[in-house]
Formats: sequence, C-alpha cells, structure tokens
Amino acid sequence: MTVSVPDPATAGDPATAARQRWMRVLAKAMPGELAAACAALGQMPRAAFVRPPETGLALLRGRIGGRGAPFNFGEATVTRCVVRLEGDAAGPMGFGYVMGRDKNRAEQAAMLDALLQRGNEGAARQIDKLEAAQAARIAAQAARAATSKVDFFTLVRE
Amino acid sequence: MYVAVKGGAKAIEASHALLDQARRGDPATPELSLAQISGQLTLAVDRVMAEGSLYDRELAALAVKQARGDLVEAIFLLRAYRTTLPRLAESLPVDTDKMRPIRRISAAYKDLPGGQMLGPTFDYTHRLLDFALAAEGKRKTVEPAADAPQTDCPRALDILDREGLIEQVAEDDASPPDLTRDPLQFPAERALRLQNLARGDEGFLLALGYSTQRGYSSTHPFAGEIRIGDVDVEIVPEELGFAVCIGDVRVTECEMINQFQGSREKPAQFTRGYGLVFGEGERKAMAMALVDRSLRAGELGEERTSPAQDEEFVLSHADNVEASGFVQHLKLPHYVDFQSELNLIRRIRADQTREAAE
Repeated sequence: MTVSVPDPATAGDPATAARQRWMRVLAKAMPGELAAACAALGQMPRAAFVRPPETGLALLRGRIGGRGAPFNFGEATVTRCVVRLEGDAAGPMGFGYVMGRDKNRAEQAAMLDALLQRGNEGAARQIDKLEAAQAARIAAQAARAATSKVDFFTLVRE
Repeated sequence: MYVAVKGGAKAIEASHALLDQARRGDPATPELSLAQISGQLTLAVDRVMAEGSLYDRELAALAVKQARGDLVEAIFLLRAYRTTLPRLAESLPVDTDKMRPIRRISAAYKDLPGGQMLGPTFDYTHRLLDFALAAEGKRKTVEPAADAPQTDCPRALDILDREGLIEQVAEDDASPPDLTRDPLQFPAERALRLQNLARGDEGFLLALGYSTQRGYSSTHPFAGEIRIGDVDVEIVPEELGFAVCIGDVRVTECEMINQFQGSREKPAQFTRGYGLVFGEGERKAMAMALVDRSLRAGELGEERTSPAQDEEFVLSHADNVEASGFVQHLKLPHYVDFQSELNLIRRIRADQTREAAE
C-alpha cells in the first residue's frame, strides 16, 4: 500500500484551491445545514449516480511526535457519492466525501460540488453561509475554552 | 482440542430475551437515547471509539447501549462492525500543529507560548460526590471570553528543539505498516507499536506506564504537553488527485519528555514518548506515551529488564478484544476436553494405588 499524495500538477492551482475550500465546507456542514442549503436552491437539477452513496472506512494517520513518520491510529466511517447532472454527459462530476454514515449528506455534497463546478452562484452563496456558520462555531468553542486560560505569570512576582 | 457441542437453542433464545430485558431495566424509567449517551457519557463513547479503533460517535453510543455499559463488550461490538465495511481511503497524516484545542497544558513550562488552557478537566475538582447532579436542574453555563482567542499554539517541545536539547523527530513519509491487514510480527517498528498502543486497553497500558514510574525501567518522564482538540481529516481520492477535507475528529495528544541520553559523539539530550488517541482520553494518551518510550529501550541502547520494555509481551497482550475473547472462551463447553483430563487423572491414581499395593 502506498501513501496517497496530492498530484503536484493540481496542487496550488486556484481552481483546485476553490474546490478544496467548498468540499471542506460541505464535509463539515451539519446534516440539517446541508439539507437547508439544498432546499434554498429550490428545484435541483436531475442527476444520475456515477457511484451511488457508499459507506466505508478511512484509515486515519498521525505522525510520531506530531511531525515525524506516519502511523495508523484508527479508522473512521466515511460515505462517498459521485453524481453527474442529467443532460450534461460532458459536464463535471460532483463528488461528495463526508465522515460518518449519512448517505443523504454525501449525495447532497456531491450535488452541490457538481453545481459549484458549473459556477452556480446560488450554491456559491450557500457555501459562504455555511463557512461563516462553521467559523462562528469554531470561534465560540475557542472563546469558551479561553475562559479556562491559566496565566501562571500572575502567580509569580518576577 | 476443543470439541463443539450442539443443542441448547431454546435456552439461548431465552437468554437473549433476558438480556434484552436486563438492558432495558425498569420500564417505568425512560429509555436512554443514543443522543443522551453520546452527549452525556462522552468519555465512555470516546474510550469505545479509541479502543474500538473506529471514529463514529453514534455507533459507539449504540455499542455502549447494547453492551449495557460494558465498555470492553462495546469495543468488541465496534470492532466486529468495522470488519463489515470496505476500506475506501487512507488519510494524510493529521496535522496536530493545527489542532483547535479545548485544553492544553504543560507540566514542564509554565509560560507556554500560546498559554495553558485547562478546559473541561476533572483535575481540580475535589472528587466529592456532587449531589446536585442527582437532581435534574439548571447547570452552569460558560460565557465566552471577550478577548480574541489565541488560535496559534506552538508545541512546548519546540522550545527544547530549538536549543537542540531534545532528540529530533525523524521526518519520513514511508507508508506505515497496518495491523488490521498484516499480523503483528517482531521486532515491530515504532509506527506499528503505536498503532497497537492507540487501540490497546487503557487499563493495561495504565498499569504498564505506572510500572515504569515505580522503577520497572524508569524513563523519568515529564508531561511536556498534553492537548485535546479537533483536527481536520484529509484524504486524496484517486479520481481527484488533490487533498479533500472530509471532516474533523477530536483527539488527545501527549508528548512526554524523558530522561536524557548522551554519548561521546552525541551531547546529552532529552528523548520523547508519544501518545495520540481518539476523543478526550488524557489518561490513555499519557499511558501510551510512557509505554511508547519504554518500548524504545532497544533503539536507545537501554538494558531490557522490565515488562514495559518487552515489546512482544506488551503488544501481544494490549488488545482487550483478543484478551477478553481468550479468557472468556473458557466459559464455553469443554466437556470432551475435561472428560479426557478426568480419565487421565483417574488412570494415574489407579496406577499409583496398584503400584503401592504391589
């Protein structure tokens, strides 16, 4: 088994970076949020499964000492789905890869990925909204954790 | 030799029904929901995910419920479930430098860059039973801190690293061995040992780690840094060729600073022990880091004298699914086995009696 590494041809390319951003946002969206984002887009175009939603495992790796050689430290459930919009045989395929076993989420993520690759503006606005909600959750968690910050300096007169 | 028995189907069916009933408890009490288990028995769920070696909160909560709170049984259930799923991807190594911490402490540096954060810890509680919890009611809520939270948290061990006072972490991108695909073989490289320890039984590793502190291969550890938080998981799907984030996982990481080593060629420097586990599992991550370090005895030229330094002993007995299976198989009918032993001992007795009479 080899370690999958990003293809240097696509790494750093702005189109890839944009897609990586929305795929990350879609993967981290709460189940309800993703459904709401799809609903906000109104009638979805018809699509065919290139690969129907399938649940399996992702082997998770860490690094020895945080930065050293990789080691496997467990697995996680992941669900993937690939769609192609109907009447768009030459069009892009939409990929959904989300942790967990929720097939609807994987399908919704794949649909949105396809729409976003076609430059759908409504979908792009939904990504901004989802990303803002995620940033707010992260900031709120950090702000709650920060209440327990210890400043040991205040205990020592130096 | 184990000889199987047949029959007992009716009794087994009845036993399943009794198990269902025992699990449910008093029907007058509301039934536990998975959301309650995963939201309120968080650390039980975390332990089941870590030792079950499968990150899925909902499944782990289901396993805890099904196992009536027997966590080792729940771990077994989760392990059994994982064998039904295909492997779809391998992740890129998670980047714990970019962890979004909810807790971060160091026992070595009080003035840790980025600050220390206690988070939701038992550490400074009085360990007095809180009878307020016995009654349902309002709980304390936390008002978020007003000042902008620090997101950047450099590693405590970097301070030592910059001065060259601790061993360097060897950079390497070789594909690590995988216990779930290839059986454990000795000698085991460090990556394989860590995979075994990450899913190993917390109690077993805790006892081994404790033994090293009590002098059975002392490694003079300091908790350099312990952090708990969320890290992104990225995979590179073959069809796409670029890294895709598929979500995040909560993990606990422990970096131990251990007794230093030096030689004529190398100046004295501290050594490292590493622990990384799913969920909030500080005791497990610490025990793992202690045992990781003690198992490096051979590599660091230390004399192997104690159980915690013996990789074959440690790695072969760390898995509680295997251990529990082998110990508990003794409950299965061994009637034929036992009969043959019984016949043997009777024959020996008879022989002895005859000899004595002659």
